[in-house]
Amino acid sequence: MGLLSKKDAALITDPLADNNPITIQVLGICSALAITAELKASIVMALSVMAVLAIGNVVISLMRNIIPSKIRIIVQLIVVAALVIIVDLVLKAFAYELSKTLSVFVGLIITNCIIMGRFEAFALANGPWRSFLDGIGNAAGYGLILIIVGFFRELLGSGTLLGFKVLGDPIEKTGLYAMGYENNGFMLLSPMALIVVGIIIWIQRSKNTSLIEEN
Amino acid sequence: MEHIELFFKSIFIDNMVFATFLGMCSYLAVSKKVSTAVGLGAAVIFVLAVTVPLNWLLDQYILKEGALVWLDAKYGVDGAETLDLSFLSFIMFIATIATMVQLVEIIVEKFSPSLYNSLGIFLPLIAVNCAILGGSLFMQSREIPSLGLALTYGVGSGIGWFLAILAIAAIREKIRYSSVPPALRGLGITFIITGLMAIGFMSFGGMLTGGDEKKEEAPKVEAKADKKDLLKKEDAKEIVAENTKINK
Repeated sequence: MGLLSKKDAALITDPLADNNPITIQVLGICSALAITAELKASIVMALSVMAVLAIGNVVISLMRNIIPSKIRIIVQLIVVAALVIIVDLVLKAFAYELSKTLSVFVGLIITNCIIMGRFEAFALANGPWRSFLDGIGNAAGYGLILIIVGFFRELLGSGTLLGFKVLGDPIEKTGLYAMGYENNGFMLLSPMALIVVGIIIWIQRSKNTSLIEEN
Repeated sequence: MEHIELFFKSIFIDNMVFATFLGMCSYLAVSKKVSTAVGLGAAVIFVLAVTVPLNWLLDQYILKEGALVWLDAKYGVDGAETLDLSFLSFIMFIATIATMVQLVEIIVEKFSPSLYNSLGIFLPLIAVNCAILGGSLFMQSREIPSLGLALTYGVGSGIGWFLAILAIAAIREKIRYSSVPPALRGLGITFIITGLMAIGFMSFGGMLTGGDEKKEEAPKVEAKADKKDLLKKEDAKEIVAENTKINK
């Protein structure tokens, strides 16, 4: 990539795997789990977080020298809250149905630990361009897990992907259902999100043994 | 009766951690030892009990559509009853929470240094705990009708969160002595245990609503209307009560 130096490119690629915000840094799990019963909601949530995190990182990075460190948390919260309000209004205007499904979880982006975590750990110490890349990278790592979880929960839970019936029609018994396949409704319930993330962590850590914790 | 129902509902059925996954970040990070988990849990109960009623007042008298009608009555501001400021609720709620947490920290430090020593380090963590903002947002979206119920809801969901973190901390202390597959150690097994606990908590689902709903299917509409009226009356009573308090 000509546009990005190697160091900058690492800012985007690192959080996708070995420094993933959800599975390694344990940030931003709150909203990651509740809305992943459908793939579409997961994608929209990932994009919203990406917008908020990238823009917020740039704003905080530009202001990093004038924020008094004592009140920085409140300043950060106000910046995020303003951005989240914009995202919420955009969603309500262009995707009303979806914003009903996401309900309070759009608002909860404000307290998404990834955002505060990246502000504290990165944007307060780096320039705007690098902060922007860091924001995109971390949001992509977050979105990746969201999309994987959403994919499996929707596929196994209701046999659809983005609303398309990929496994055939369960009522008319076509496709896989003709062979006696049944949807696993349990996947749509909230506990399964936790277990799916647990399994993703398991797979990731068995592949990369350096990530294993000592209890 | 309403209070008791909402109280148990917010502890068990709508448990913050197991049903809506709120406050998971600190739930996973601070649950390695029971003693710290108890400290954080107590702080969450306390802050939720303060901020939910406070945000209820904000929502009711400033943010809701038509909430500013008192401006019209008192100061003759035109068109105040059609104003809808609810898009500002995120920023108002989070500002309230951040300042309240700061205030609580200062007050506790001043009057009870021993409590501050045990709770103090957790208080800054709480400002960015999703459970706190989530409590206020759910209070808004579920349209909790009175200040008293908002308080009950705050305390109830705080206790629910406390229960969850206490349980997982106890389990994690024990699990140290069992042989978990290496790749699952730490975070992985905690996720899966939480998932299993959430399945357990789902069985509370039918506790309060299941039986009643089937019986009262026919006269439901009427009952709802009655309830609304009742609530309005209660609201009015409470407002009167508050006013008299202020006057005294």
